[in-house]
Order: sequence, then C-alpha cells, then structure tokens
Amino acid sequence: MTTPVSHSQILNSADFAPITQRADVHAISRPSQSYWQDAWARLKKNRRAIVSLWLIVGLLAFALLGPWLWQIDPARQDIDQISQAPGADRSATIVAPYAPWDGTVAAEFAGGSGLRLAMAANSQAVRLHWDAVPGAAGFRLYRNIFAADDEMAFGLPIADFPTPAAGYYEDRLDLRPDTYYYTLAVQAADGTLTANYQTLAVPVNRVITLDEVRERELAPAEAALDIGDEVHLALHPLGTDYLGRDMLARLMAGAQVSLFIGIIAPFLYVLLGVAYGATAGFVGGRVDQLLMRFADFVVALPFLLFMILFQVVFGIGPGESGIVPMLIALVVLAWPATARLVRGQILQIRQEAYISASRLLGARSSYLVWRHMIPNTMGVILVTLTFAVPSAIFTEAFLSFIGMGVAPPTASWGSMSNEGLARMLTHPHELIFPSLFISITVLAFNLLGDGLRDALDARMRSFE
Amino acid sequence: MWKYTLKRLIQGIITVWFIATATFLAMHNVPGDPLSGQRATNAAIRANLEAKYGLDKPLTEQYFIYIGNLLQGDFGISFTQQNRQVNDIIREHFPVSATLGILAVIFAALGGVLWGALTALYRNRLPDTIIMFLVILGISVPSFVFAALGQLTLVNLNALFGISLLPVAGWGTVSHMLLPALVLGMGTMAYLTRLMRSSMLEIIHSDYVRTAKAKGLPAARIFTRHQLRNAILPVITVLGPAIAAITTGGFVVELVFAIPGLGRYFVQAVQQLDYTVIMGTTVFYGAFLVFMVIVVDLLYGWIDPRVRLQ
Repeated sequence: MTTPVSHSQILNSADFAPITQRADVHAISRPSQSYWQDAWARLKKNRRAIVSLWLIVGLLAFALLGPWLWQIDPARQDIDQISQAPGADRSATIVAPYAPWDGTVAAEFAGGSGLRLAMAANSQAVRLHWDAVPGAAGFRLYRNIFAADDEMAFGLPIADFPTPAAGYYEDRLDLRPDTYYYTLAVQAADGTLTANYQTLAVPVNRVITLDEVRERELAPAEAALDIGDEVHLALHPLGTDYLGRDMLARLMAGAQVSLFIGIIAPFLYVLLGVAYGATAGFVGGRVDQLLMRFADFVVALPFLLFMILFQVVFGIGPGESGIVPMLIALVVLAWPATARLVRGQILQIRQEAYISASRLLGARSSYLVWRHMIPNTMGVILVTLTFAVPSAIFTEAFLSFIGMGVAPPTASWGSMSNEGLARMLTHPHELIFPSLFISITVLAFNLLGDGLRDALDARMRSFE
Repeated sequence: MWKYTLKRLIQGIITVWFIATATFLAMHNVPGDPLSGQRATNAAIRANLEAKYGLDKPLTEQYFIYIGNLLQGDFGISFTQQNRQVNDIIREHFPVSATLGILAVIFAALGGVLWGALTALYRNRLPDTIIMFLVILGISVPSFVFAALGQLTLVNLNALFGISLLPVAGWGTVSHMLLPALVLGMGTMAYLTRLMRSSMLEIIHSDYVRTAKAKGLPAARIFTRHQLRNAILPVITVLGPAIAAITTGGFVVELVFAIPGLGRYFVQAVQQLDYTVIMGTTVFYGAFLVFMVIVVDLLYGWIDPRVRLQ
C-alpha cells in the first residue's frame, strides 16, 4: 500500500498565477462553411455517390450529346441487317444482279451425289440439286437453322416434288448470312415421309448488287467497284433490333424519353407537393385538415391502375408519342408523398425558437416561408427528388413494357425491353441493352440519393 | 381499439367511394363512347341504344345508378365479351392473382427479415457485403427483367437436367407458382432487407440489448426475444404499401409467365377499351388495397401496444 501524497508536494503557489492572455483566443482558425459547402464536402467523401453522380452526368450526355455525335435516325430501318448482334460481320461481296436459273450446274460444282449445291450459295439465292432415288414416290425439301438431329426436326417445308427423278430447287426465301440446313426427305407413294432423308449444311455468304451499294450509299460515289469486290454495310455499334433499326440511336432516343419523364415528372410533382405541403403546414388548422385529408385520398388510389386509366383517358391519337399524358398522370398521382413530408417538416420548423424570434422582430409570413422554412426543408426536398427519379423511370419502363406507355414508333427503354423480350432466346442483345440502361440509371440515382441523404441531413443518416 | 378500428373502417369506405367516383369521372372523359364503331349505324338506332343503356341520362343520374349498382355489388357486363359479367371475371381471375400475391408477400417478408437480420449481425463482413450488393441489384433491376431472366434460367436448367424441374409458364399447381412468386417478391424483398438491416442495427446498439447481454443471456435468446421482435416492427408498417405494390406489380409477372390473373385481364381490358371491366377491376382492386392497408395497420396496433396508446 502506498503512502498518500499531500497536496503541498505536487502543487505550489506558482501553479496559481494567472496565465498571460493571448489576443487570438477568439480567432476562427478555419473559414466557416455554409450548409451546402459542408454537405458537398461530405458527399465528396462518399465514393459511391460520386461515381453515381458521374454516371448520371454520363447518361445525360448520352441522351443529349449522343444524337449529335451519332447522327443516325432511330426510326430508319436497315433491311440488310435485322436483329444483328453487336460486332457482327458486316462485309458483303458484290455480285451481278439476280438472273433466273434453269437448273444448270456450275462447272466447279460438277460431280458428287445426293443433295448438293449447284452454285455458290449466297444471300441472293441457294441453288440445290439432287439425284433420283429409286423406289421413291416424291421428295419434300425442308430448311432449318439447326441441324436435323435424332428428333428429325427438319424445319420449314419449302417445296414438294411429286416425281422420284433428279431435280433442282432455288431457295430465295429471306436468306441471311447464316448456316442453313436443307433436308430432302423421301416420300412414299401415299405421301407419308419415309425414314430416308439427306441433309446438307449450307453456309450462306452475304452478297449485294452494285445498284444496291449505290442506292444505300455504302461506298463513296466515285469509288470504282466491280463484281467480286467487298463492301461493308452500315455500322451499328450495338447491333440492330427486329426491324433493323440501329440500337445505339434508339437507346439514345429512348434515353431522352426515359430521362425526360424520369427527371421532369419528379421535378414537377415534388414542386407541387412542396407548394401543397407548405401551404397546409403553414396555414394549419381546418385548411390543413382538409388539404391533408384530400392528399390521403389521392395516396389511396391504386397508383399503377390509375396511371393506366389516365393513359386511356388522355387517349393517345395517331402520331402522338404518349409522353405528355404520362407526365401529367405522374404529376397528378404522385405528389401527396412529398406534400406529407414537407408538411411534417414545416410543422416541426414552426415550433423552432428562431421562427418565434423572427416573428417577434416583425417578419412577414412570406419572409418566414422563403427565408427560413423553404431553405430548411431544402435538404429533405432534394433527397426526395433524387429518390423520386428512379421510381418515375421504373413507372415509365413498367407502363411501356405492358404496352400502356409511349406509343410504338417512339423509343423508350421500357418499350425497347418489351420488344426485346419476344426475341430473348435468339437475340438477347435486344433485351439486355435497354434493361441494362434502366438498371444503371436507377442504381445511380438510388446511390446518389443515399449519399445525399447522408450528406444533407444528420437526422436521416442511415446506419451504414 | 374498437373505436380506432371503426374510425379506420369508415375512413376506408370513404376512400373506396372516392376511388369509385374518380374512376367514374375518368372513364367518362375517355374520348369516344362504347356505341361508336359498328354498333350504332344511324342516329335513331344510336338514340335507342343510348336509352337502353341509360347513356342519354344526365351525368349525375348515371352516377347514382352506377353507385347504386356498386352498392349491390354489381359491376355490370363486359363490353367485349358476350354475356360475361364483370363479377364473374373478378371471381374467376382474382383468386389466381391473390394466391400469387400472398405467396410473393410471404416470400418477400420472410426473406427480407431473414437477410436483413443476417446482414446486421455480420455488419461490414463478407455476408453483409454480398447480400447488400444483391439488395442494390434487386432494387435497381425492373421486375420484367427478373421475370425474363428467371424464365430463361429455368428453360436452360430444364434443358440441362433433361427433365422439367419447374414449369416455365402457366398456372395450376404449386410448382407453377414458385418462380413467379419469387420474381414478384424480389423487389419488395430487397427493399424490406434494407429496412430490416437499418432497424436491426439501431436495436443492436440499444440499452435493453446491452442489459440483456450484461445479464448473461445466451446470444440466440437475445437475438430472437429482444432484437428480432423489435426490429420487425418497421417492416410490418410498410407491409401494407408493399402488398399494394406487389398486387399491382403482378401485371408484368402475369404477362410474362402467362398466368390467368386479374392483372393480365385488366391490361387486356384496357387495350380493348372494355369500359365496365376497367371500372370494375379498378374499384375492386382499390377497395382490396384500402382494406389490406387497414388490416396491416390494425395488426400493427395489436403487435405493438405503444401504437394503440397514441
């Protein structure tokens, strides 16, 4: 056990002398930061929010500057390239214009037996010929895009031949640069198929005539082109859709529609909600009761059902895009949430001491609203706005997806997804690109909203 | 409690009346009318038909007839399908939507609570990171993409195993319901997971949890008795709106999976301008949603006595 230490041992009279006063005691060492500067500094520290902010800037640039850089009409159809995946082969060989065929076999294809080519197969025509099969009553020719396997899936029957003799056939039906599987099945006397069949895989090359090259301006007008030369078809960086329209141009046009609705509609209804909620909160009493009861009713309306109903009411006529009706419907139905929020905030702020002080100093109501109440609710409003954008984009995409949104020639990400869904198995890029854009946009706005909420309002700060 | 219930029910009835009126007025402003087209060939026939269907009466009188019919539970007869009552359509197709919706809500609620609690317990560790990444994905990807991807995955899985694990589309058995319900509940589950996580994190730092720990209660007991039960409350409050979101979100899933639900019927009716079906379905859905929100609120009061006192 240690002995207790007496005070005289550690303190002496010198310790009680007053210290000299410094002049800079009250100086502020750092410049003061306003609310918005502080919020910006906090936001800058949040890496996810900043990345999202840049993503949003990039998306806006894609929608606004994109069409200026990539000047392709989103409605223009390229019939040579339908449902092309991005990076598909675009080369085409120039050939002579189509001429009818009398069944002669080209010299280099002479010989062989069974079902075989009579000339080089290209997208202009596939010319086949075959030998007689003894004992057959006739033939049926099929075409497929898959090899006929054990299930004997021959595909599309394209011609019937009621004679067992050798024959020839020219296929010109919607040929694309792909490999086709032609099957010649032998028919019995009663017309049924026998198990006897021959299959031929035909790789088809893309060809184009000189006139088509000139007409579609695929080569400079002064270029000397000859048969056998190779030209490149129009470039589609992200491929084409089922009508041969450029995906990149359509995605840009769709971005304009989706972002327009996604940003303007929330802006308008948040504005309406702020005005409504501020009025209710500020005036208070019976007016407040009445206004908020009405807002309760609007909230209770089943949102998507009424969105669809409004689309019907506005009736999209021919040539209209259906963007404005959707905008109006969104504004009419979505404002109450903001109104409730702002009213709550205003009611809270009304109790604050600085409002009483300001009133005591003779401030008018309009001054109180503009100088104190609106700036103090600005953070909440901004966060609401940021979270309202993804939900508006979702609503637009959802409505366009079920065919109740923008009218067909207008592209929007939702309607593009809808069109892509039908061809999901064969041409997945038509679904993947628009839905990817929707997801990225919604993700960016959500993350930015999280960041803004954390930066702007300490009370709403989430547990992260 | 009874007074509160009564008050909520009266409010609910007024809300349904508001929905019915809004629907009536909206449908009356639709350009054109059901008699245009080939039904009324000249003015005399048109006048007769209008008299027959009561369309020549003033708007207020038509409104009272409509409300009177609604009060008797009569939604009218379909305009495009011969001899089909809207009541029959609802009776036939709503149970399908409701089954799908309930399954999706159960799935979303259970999943949300489970994942949310798990992420909070493993805060800032690998399970948390993985689940929160999936949650952000679930919030950002539209339901039709989930539906399409789910279907595509199922097709490939079925092809891979050579047997039909689950049917790709259609309706009838429990196996038909699983994937659509999963897809339908996905967005809500992601949302509830986030909510559960932040609520759970708040509870973990609360005084009573510390006290329970100090008393030496086993961790499992603290988790189930103290943390989970309290953290679940905010999830229950948003369950009402979540049910609304899921039932109306069912349109897309019903379209993609070819499920004969009311949502698909509604979209079809809108495309064919089948006025009575549109009005009937909207009012019915609206009433259902209002009722569900009231039930959830009452349930909340029953679960959390603090709410009752206010």
